[in-house]
Amino acid sequence: MHGMLDFPRWKVFWIWALVAVGVLFSIPSLLQVLPQQERQYWPSFLPHSTINLGLDLAGGSHLLYQADVNDLTAKRIQGMEDTVATEMAKDPAIQIGDISTNGGRLTFTVTDPHQVDAAVERMRSATQPVGLSGNRDWDVGVVNTNQVVLTPTPGGTQQALKDAMSVARDVVSRRIDPGGTKEITIQTEGGDRILVEVPGVENPEELKALIGQTARLEFKMVDLNADPAQVAQGHAPPGDEILPYPGNPQGAPTIAVKRRVLVSGDELTKATQGFDQNGRPSIDFTFNTSGAKKFAHVTQDNVGKPFAIILDNKVLSAPNIESPILGGSGEITGNFTVQSAHDLAISLSSGKLPMKLVPIEERSIGPELGKDSIHKGAIASGIAILCVIIFMLVTYGRFGVYATIALIVNAFLILGIMAVFNATLTLPGIAGFILTIGAAVDANVLINERIREEQRRGRKLIDAVETGYHEAFRAIFDANITHVISAAIMGYFGTGPVRGFAIVLLIGVVTSVFTAVYFTRMLVALWIRHKRPRALYI
Amino acid sequence: MKLLKLVPENTNIDFMRWRNIALILSIIATSASIFYTVYQGLNLGVDFVGGQMIRVSFSQPVDSGQLRSRVDGLHLGEAGVQPFGSQGYEIRLPKPPGGVAAANAATERVEQMITANYPKAKIESVDSVSGKVSEELAEDGAKAILLAMLGIAIYIWFRFEWQFGVGALLTVAHDVSMTLGFFAFTRMQVDLNVVAAILTIVSYSLNDTVVIYDRIRENLRKYRKMSILPLLNLSLNETLARTVVTSLTVLIALGVLMLVGPRVIFGLAVAIFLGVFIGTYSSIYISTPVLVWLGVTPQSFVKNQGGGESEAQPA
Repeated sequence: MHGMLDFPRWKVFWIWALVAVGVLFSIPSLLQVLPQQERQYWPSFLPHSTINLGLDLAGGSHLLYQADVNDLTAKRIQGMEDTVATEMAKDPAIQIGDISTNGGRLTFTVTDPHQVDAAVERMRSATQPVGLSGNRDWDVGVVNTNQVVLTPTPGGTQQALKDAMSVARDVVSRRIDPGGTKEITIQTEGGDRILVEVPGVENPEELKALIGQTARLEFKMVDLNADPAQVAQGHAPPGDEILPYPGNPQGAPTIAVKRRVLVSGDELTKATQGFDQNGRPSIDFTFNTSGAKKFAHVTQDNVGKPFAIILDNKVLSAPNIESPILGGSGEITGNFTVQSAHDLAISLSSGKLPMKLVPIEERSIGPELGKDSIHKGAIASGIAILCVIIFMLVTYGRFGVYATIALIVNAFLILGIMAVFNATLTLPGIAGFILTIGAAVDANVLINERIREEQRRGRKLIDAVETGYHEAFRAIFDANITHVISAAIMGYFGTGPVRGFAIVLLIGVVTSVFTAVYFTRMLVALWIRHKRPRALYI
Repeated sequence: MKLLKLVPENTNIDFMRWRNIALILSIIATSASIFYTVYQGLNLGVDFVGGQMIRVSFSQPVDSGQLRSRVDGLHLGEAGVQPFGSQGYEIRLPKPPGGVAAANAATERVEQMITANYPKAKIESVDSVSGKVSEELAEDGAKAILLAMLGIAIYIWFRFEWQFGVGALLTVAHDVSMTLGFFAFTRMQVDLNVVAAILTIVSYSLNDTVVIYDRIRENLRKYRKMSILPLLNLSLNETLARTVVTSLTVLIALGVLMLVGPRVIFGLAVAIFLGVFIGTYSSIYISTPVLVWLGVTPQSFVKNQGGGESEAQPA
């Protein structure tokens, strides 16, 4: 009988090589516990990739945001309103009545019925195609002979959301990680969500303040002719809108401003935190060339009148234009603290978010708790392995030694594979690690018990070992498939920590079959070949 | 050195003799668990019902009653205060009606209260989960558990016979309901980690079941003339040593995790620890006798002789 215990030299070589590579790749992760200066002795030509620590171990913040689709739709309609105004004003101008928005649609009346076709034509060419679908992002139609109706198409809305999400992701990343150097995860999830994970942050408040602000900055004229009583009741004169003005020195909580945007934050090139002449925190900004031109024009025309500086539809301040501002730079005052002015400056210079992002899940783990978890997790893993080793040795003797070697190799291989893939180790992952050790031991228990059994039945040494490995393998295979099924399902449905558990389990299943079955069989085969034992003590 | 043999050689325990008593006990225990889970409800954490959870550790023992009344004094709805680790507490707040801004404000008030009254206390972690996310997490968790149960049962059906698949499904159904009953009874918090724990119990228990099923299949082929009850007993006795050694190994590892492991996964370790007992019991007294009731005989595998059965061959 030479089947299963026949290990040619090349097979032995490859098994050892695989083990050596696994151990090699696990070392950089293990070295992480050493201080930086001692780690540098690890030669640079050797592998360097390490296991990532999940937020529950490293400490940090996990923030999940939901895009406010209604806000996006409202902004698209607002944008279309501006487009209508610009398109109709083009030469030859088409006279139109008031633009109204109703039920997500935009309607305007063309004064001269003969110009309706021309108006529709202009609006059609102003719409955009949606991908390669052949559809356009807005439907342009006519009702009541002279009313043009613009309806957003589902495809257009979808495309707008997709574009907005990618812009939002970029904006968020510019705001919280301008250098792109931090280990921050920013990814879109499920089409309308953004996940931000920042390790090692103790206080997520600043982070939240940076992401939470849409930072849509607009300059509009204050309507001095509006009747204060009407404004207080929320009735806006035609062409006006009423906005909240929390810091109004005149006391009224709202103010009427002209709807037309004079200049917007899109044309800012720079914004920094500074101080005004009274020493209060403010924001200094600079416009780009076209913004500077518009600003100069507006301020020249309106000397002595107030304009409103509006952030996310709230008026920050409404200073009087003392003299034309020609240099393209200025200062925003409001009720700022140094911190809030600083945050707003960052938000402004990184661009506005295309829509509101609403936080729907926030988790922050202090670094202390994470450290405690790593520390205790490592101790627990170590003690658990040690206890299991002792148990294996007293139960199976020599075969317990093989199981032990397999167990240790298995631990290295799991770490090594995780490091190669830069996998994330989470707290439940540590539990998964310990469970995998159990599974690996189970394979050896199955094999060893079967060898004992076959010996009792009177089989000779080699025969008993071969039958033991052969018969036990079936159950080991099926049992591990059950682990794979549940790990795969956990990995697919699980989030964060649970997925971490599944990853360790999945890797562990593969490595434990390798170490507990093939690796130990090789050790046994080599022992039998070299020592030619007559009896098996198991 | 004499090797340790926890189970003597050639045991001959008549496991199947108690199968009807065990069945009655299992039915009582399972229905009690389901009843308890449904009527008492689970102590669902913020992961599944939304709200905020703030973990605080104190430098010295604090009076939990006083802490609770201080939290209640903030009038943030029905707050829960539970011990966490040796000198810490978990403060749970329900979802405030005002959405996320209100949630943040509530968290801040708790943090201010803590800093004012316990200057040395440390906020260890803050979780704030909206209703929408918690609903999804709960749904995904339930889906994962059900799919894992089904997936594994189908695999076993495919590898063995349909009776074995049904047996496996009944076994995990028993295990999952017992585990949920345990959580309902102890009022331990059910969070995302517990889903991982339940899935682990499911796969551990089925691992055990598969090992015994494998031996039953082998014996059914080997002893064609043997009647089913003695054959099941024989299979259980032959695998008994393995069952004991493996369960003990896993219990040792989990016991260590429970005693010295990270505080955050204490609940997970306890659940799996208990699950090992439930799983070991169910693979002997649920998955095995089910085969008798479903009419498995040595003939069940005869038709598969001659290639129908795919066997995994070690390379």
